[in-house]
Order: sequence, then structure tokens, then C-alpha cells
Amino acid sequence: MVSSNFKLAETINQMSIQVKFFASLREKVGHNDVELASAQNALEAWQLATNNMTAPENLLVAINLDYAKLESTLNDGDEVAFFPPVTGG
Amino acid sequence: MSSWVSETSIEPWSLIAEQQSKQTIQGEFGATATFIGTMRDFSDRPDISRMLLEHYPAMTSRYLDKLEQSAREKWALLDCLIVHRVGEVTPGDAIVVIACWSAHRRAALDACNWLIEELKHQAPFWKKEFNAQGGEWVTGNTDGH
Repeated sequence: MVSSNFKLAETINQMSIQVKFFASLREKVGHNDVELASAQNALEAWQLATNNMTAPENLLVAINLDYAKLESTLNDGDEVAFFPPVTGG
Repeated sequence: MSSWVSETSIEPWSLIAEQQSKQTIQGEFGATATFIGTMRDFSDRPDISRMLLEHYPAMTSRYLDKLEQSAREKWALLDCLIVHRVGEVTPGDAIVVIACWSAHRRAALDACNWLIEELKHQAPFWKKEFNAQGGEWVTGNTDGH
């Protein structure tokens, strides 16, 4: 039992999720990047990286450079980004 | 086919001329459609003196490539150019240049229109405008009027 718990902890410690914030959200959250040891989905990553800040209704999410949803699952090594509606062009 | 982001000022007509000078499609294209987006000195607020264009570099590059590829699949384009500015710009500075070359006008015109609309809704760029009262993030696209 002890052995399997140790393995679980070891596995969690080995995970790495990169979280990025852009534009007004970067300013609101107060930092550009956060590294998380674990997050099951984008929503959990948001909650952990913002200290449970309420997610804006128009929040956009990208996982590994593609648009995703808050419910989208995260895997070890993923990069999840949060940003407001885009306004280029 | 080319798409990139520029951290320094861009000269739209020079970029288009340079792209055309590299082409080997002379005689094949009958239409060139262009869109140039330029910074205004007004928005919902007056007297905008400067603007900061932020982006998500890796995703921007991916999306500009994806848009260009999609346009090629939808229309018979012979060449395509997309250049978007980032960093600090002032009124009168070019923000985006899109040019499409095709044998007949409809493909170039439609592709150019589609590209600017899709870019505005998908590519991860954000604008922060400044006037004497301070800076404010632009919260959405205009409908193009």
C-alpha cells in the first residue's frame, strides 16, 4: 500500500502542465506563466493557476495551440492558455 | 505562400511588390486582391495616440499557416501573403497586409475577404489602445460596418 501511494505521488510529481495567460487576463491574474504539477482539465488548471478566480463568460481556452474547452482533458506536458476574445487584424 | 508576424513597422505596398517579384506565376494570374488594415486615431474613445498589439507567438504562427492552407483548399489561389504587425503602433501604421493572387478575380477577392474575417476571429492577437486617459484593451471586433 505504501509502495503504491509512493508511486502515485511520484507520478503526480512528474507531471507538468504549463499555463499561460494573455492580454487583459494576464493583467488581471497578475502573471504570464504558471507550471502546475497536475490538472485533470482546463477548468481545474484555471482554478489552480488563478487561486479560484471566477472564469469570465467569454474566456477562451487553447490546449497545445488549438482552441479547446474548459472541460477538455489535460495530459502530462500539455500547454494550456487562457485569453479573452481575440481582436487582431 | 507566406505568412508571418512582424515586430517592426511594415510597408504594405513594398511587401506586396516584394512577394510578387519572387513569384514564378507571371502570366498565370489575372487578379490580385489586397487588404491593408491601418491603425485609426479613434475607436469608441477619441484621440487614440498609440496601440499595443500582443499575441501568442506559437499559436499565431500556427493559425496564420492554418488560415493560409484553408484558403488554398477553398479557392484556386496561385499565391497568398499574410503579414501581421505586433508591438507598439501609432495611427497611420499598417497592422495587417493580406494579398491573394489567382487566375480570375472571384477567387482572389473572396479569399482575401475570408482571410481577414477569419484572422480577426481566430488568430490570437489582442489590441490595447492608449489615449490621454490611459490604456484600455479592445474587447471585440467591429462588424466591419
